[in-house]
Amino acid sequence: MELNVSELAVARGGVPVLEGVSFSVSAGEALVLRGPNGCGKTTLLRTVAGLQPALSGVIGLEREAMAYAGHSDGIKAVLSVRENLQFWADVFGTGTIDPALAAFDLHGLIDRPAGALSAGQKRRLGLARMVVTGRPVWVLDEPTVSLDMDAVAMFAGAVRTHLAGGGLALMATHIDLGLDEARVLDMRPFKAKAPSIDDFDGAFL
Amino acid sequence: MASIWEYANPKKFIATTDKLLPWVSALAVATLVSGLIWGFFFTPEDYKQGSTVKIIYLHVPAALMAINAWMMMLVASLVWIVRRHHVSALAARAAAPIGAMMTMIALITGAIWGQPMWGTWWEWDPRLTSFLILFLFYLGYMALWSAIENDDTAADLTSILCLVGSVFALLSRYAVNFWNQGLHQGASLSMDKEEHVADVFYYPLLVCIAGFILLFVALVFLRTQTEIRARRTRALLARERLGQ
Amino acid sequence: MIALLIRDIRLAVRAGGGFGLGLAFFLIVVALVPFGVGPQSALLAKIAAGILWLGALLACLLSLDRIFALDWEDGSLDLLATAPVPMEAAVSVKAFAHWLTTGLPLVLAAPVFGLLLNLPGPGYGPLVVSLLLGTPALSVIGTFGAALTVGIKRGGLLLSLLVLPLYVPTLIFGAEVARRGAEEMAYHTPLLMLAGITCGAIALLPFASAAVLRVNLR
Repeated sequence: MELNVSELAVARGGVPVLEGVSFSVSAGEALVLRGPNGCGKTTLLRTVAGLQPALSGVIGLEREAMAYAGHSDGIKAVLSVRENLQFWADVFGTGTIDPALAAFDLHGLIDRPAGALSAGQKRRLGLARMVVTGRPVWVLDEPTVSLDMDAVAMFAGAVRTHLAGGGLALMATHIDLGLDEARVLDMRPFKAKAPSIDDFDGAFL
Repeated sequence: MASIWEYANPKKFIATTDKLLPWVSALAVATLVSGLIWGFFFTPEDYKQGSTVKIIYLHVPAALMAINAWMMMLVASLVWIVRRHHVSALAARAAAPIGAMMTMIALITGAIWGQPMWGTWWEWDPRLTSFLILFLFYLGYMALWSAIENDDTAADLTSILCLVGSVFALLSRYAVNFWNQGLHQGASLSMDKEEHVADVFYYPLLVCIAGFILLFVALVFLRTQTEIRARRTRALLARERLGQ
Repeated sequence: MIALLIRDIRLAVRAGGGFGLGLAFFLIVVALVPFGVGPQSALLAKIAAGILWLGALLACLLSLDRIFALDWEDGSLDLLATAPVPMEAAVSVKAFAHWLTTGLPLVLAAPVFGLLLNLPGPGYGPLVVSLLLGTPALSVIGTFGAALTVGIKRGGLLLSLLVLPLYVPTLIFGAEVARRGAEEMAYHTPLLMLAGITCGAIALLPFASAAVLRVNLR
């Protein structure tokens, strides 16, 4: 399994933000995207995850291979930790939530309503969802926001387990992930130039 | 090879319509003025309806354009969905307030006509009711356009609304017919000679309809130009914000 | 998909899910009508069928924005879009869950509220049948409206403006069935029309809703 992205151009709100993005991530590898705020990391990840169409370029894998975690965790406050996680396990057809609970040390919280969790615990629950998807490519946007040191280590452990199992990960962050072995890709060189004003429709983009 | 889609280029569209606009506007004014004068002053009074019948020269063309404007929006929406030409989406946006206005005119002239004829300003007659519903569709369509910030998203959503709305507008038309049989007279215009109004009223009516069509075309050209320029302004501001 | 259905129902019935609000709203509308038109039972009997249909429609409208808004705010909708469930199916399931938690209770409550409005005896059967056939269309059409306005902050009013004209044919045929039933007239033509609208809406609108939702997610 290998994720090949070539000459990808993406737009946010109709305005091109990144162009000519090419990289490849092979099984067992993690790639970290870095760049200043607003440079288009989130847009790129959403495009790779299949949530929005690319302006141009090729993403080498089907969207069915991707599991996506964005800024918000999609946690329902009135459901318990178990119900939240079991729902995603059922939707993705994997059924079992035990490995995910173990990876993020959620066993003790299992019957707690998710609304009663702290911000860091919610984040752990959100990341545990990645494990239950059973998909090979993890696309993670700022995964370690609001996690403490121990939880960051838990996250790094979960990603390593995933990579060791032949998975791969694509992440955007500007804080420490606890994954020193991950490759880093700087987004700044891919900043899109505005299309010429004289293009067909160019004046609109 | 010149294709019709070349006019989907915003610049080409503005350049072409700039050239056409004075002619279309002048023609619209000329046709409307002559049609209305002919209709108002040089036709006999109806033996039953008296002079009130003359409101037909506003009422019928406005009602016709109210429906045609929606049709034009439907076609423009389809073009946007299939070919993604921005001008098409903006033309649909531009036509909506005009269509809504035409619906208003048809409703108001209908009420003014209905008062002496039926003895009531408003009657829940199928045609009147359908136009009221059509007006609501226009309102919803315009409200959705103005509620969404991203122009492409707004164009996509309103196009789909226009498609779905067309189906439901048609359904409503039949539902309303079923619901109440109504007072409204039959079609004023029909291919069937027996059915439509007498020739003396018919020819000035045709001129008025041509005038309304030209007026509609001129207004759509003008408003589409405005929408294109507004969109361009927003795009340039967005560029400036991005520092490009 | 069943997991999604169970989750949506669970969310609706737990605290803060708004289950029962629609029913309470329905009751209030029905209770307010006599204050507006006067307590004469003959008049109420004449308009009861229409009022009940209108009340059910408004109660349904009230709960539409919950279909997607909450999932949109907490990011679940993004995650659902990447899940191995086609968007069309997810939309249909959500519409079905909305019907089960809003439409069905309204259908069951309508005869009881019919007593309050002095609905004539023969009208109860057609009322329940028409609501049972018509409310799924209300849910499916409403889901389309909710999908259209999901990205708009405070889009509730706009949602009503968009959805109400779409409700016109359903309301006309549904209320016609109930009215004719109450007046002991034959009602099978409007009933068939109502069933046709419902079937058509269920078959076709999820595609439009899913398309609109995809546009809103990008």
